[in-house]
Amino acid sequence: MTADLPGRAIEDAPQGVSPHATYLALLDAEMLVFQGCRGCRAAVFPPRQRCSLCGADELSWRRSAGFGTVYSTTVIRPRNEPAYCVALVDLDEGFRMMSNVIETEADQVHIDDRVEVRFARDTDQVLPLFAPAAGGPR
Amino acid sequence: MNHERELRGKTAIVGVAESDLGEVGPGVTALDLAAQAAYRALDDAGLTVKDVDGLFAHSAFFAMPTVTLGEHLGIRPRFSDATATGGSSFLAHVRHASAAIAAGLCEVALIVYGSNQRSASGGLIASGQSLIPSYETPFKPRLPVSAYALAAARHMHQFGTTRAHLAEVAVAARRWAQLNPAAFERGDLTIDDVLGSRMVSSPLTVRDCCLVTDGGGAIVITSAERARDLRHKPVFYLGGAEAQWHMNISQLPDLTVTAASESGPRAFDLAGLRPSDVDVVQLYDAFTINVLLFLEDLGFCAKGEAGDFVSAGGIAPGGHLPVNTNGGGLSYCHPGMYGIFLLIEAARQIRGTADQRQVPDAHVALAHGNGGMLSSQVTVLLGDESVL
Repeated sequence: MTADLPGRAIEDAPQGVSPHATYLALLDAEMLVFQGCRGCRAAVFPPRQRCSLCGADELSWRRSAGFGTVYSTTVIRPRNEPAYCVALVDLDEGFRMMSNVIETEADQVHIDDRVEVRFARDTDQVLPLFAPAAGGPR
Repeated sequence: MNHERELRGKTAIVGVAESDLGEVGPGVTALDLAAQAAYRALDDAGLTVKDVDGLFAHSAFFAMPTVTLGEHLGIRPRFSDATATGGSSFLAHVRHASAAIAAGLCEVALIVYGSNQRSASGGLIASGQSLIPSYETPFKPRLPVSAYALAAARHMHQFGTTRAHLAEVAVAARRWAQLNPAAFERGDLTIDDVLGSRMVSSPLTVRDCCLVTDGGGAIVITSAERARDLRHKPVFYLGGAEAQWHMNISQLPDLTVTAASESGPRAFDLAGLRPSDVDVVQLYDAFTINVLLFLEDLGFCAKGEAGDFVSAGGIAPGGHLPVNTNGGGLSYCHPGMYGIFLLIEAARQIRGTADQRQVPDAHVALAHGNGGMLSSQVTVLLGDESVL
């Protein structure tokens, strides 16, 4: 049963030896994904072959709604370049990832701020960034 | 079966030395500094390379470090260990060496480090370059400092810790460094100086970050029995523990609690000691936040209270707990990986040979190493004959 796993099921996730390749392929389709464990119900991220919490070979791909809360944040000020924010974001489905919070001043990002995903297409890959959220589902 | 408790007092540090430190200039390699430290530590012990049958090392500068060093020094070890857990590696080596000596796998262990990162590059040369995909680097964190900055920001948010509390750690380190002629930075430093210095990755300024220096260090460990016949007062191994929960900072569940909260209690249990028994403390201060986290995780104060603990010179000379008495990675020396220097200073304090900075009646020392992004945590307890 996967009905009570966090996030939404992905029926046609590409399968291969490397979970990272699957992650990138789904990200390219502007889906932020993680894995749900049918053994212990945990949300697992980054992707891997088996659950790192309980060890079960019971992972399935899940799609995040893309809303989260800033767990911590730091502002980096490179010489001769704009300051930017690197944050740890706790997604509502129960996993954490590093990202950048954009569309606001870097020093205006605070712990506990609500954020939502923005897919930024770089030269060769899509990056999941975040922007301040009006609220979003919790 | 758990025989680890039996390692208590079975081995001892009998030789310690630094290489030339600071900025050695062009033309001196990391291997030169490692070798210089190794020879000096053996001289200190009254031994030679021909006595060594266990070789331990980690390096970001030369591959297969124990094999490279073995050839260079003329050591053909019957036991070698190149455990690579970042700056904590050398503390892990102490535990491994003690177990190996007790099991008869070797008798005289040499642990070595050398780095010329300042002269070679002017910046950190990190070990373990990664060729696998990262879920962090695409977002351009400035690693390692940003990982520690995220932990500091979280500690401030949860416990009301301030940048001034962090600055206390840097100022205390500088005051100890002013008592250590080998320290790299010995000028006066105030809380305001730290608060006003260049922000690198908020809330950490350049003065919250360790130095970038050259330097090497080495220690010699042997059986307690043989140690008693050598020239220095033995510095006995009382217990040690290693813990790791993550590599990448995004995978540490609570950024205010490190795996030192696991390694510390295990080491104390093995040594039959409590934090209140410790006379002098060496904590891996790659960044000021480390000291706050480790004081809490190792049990010197309650979680969230380290800011108050270090206030008003609490860990500076004359404070209530002597921490990082050589000046630490913040003011004495930080050549990429600092772990060996924690052990050297702890041993000197137990020997009673730390000159101006000597802590009176130092019988028990704690050395705690950190590697990666608050990742690998290794605690070692050392003491003199009186605590066996």
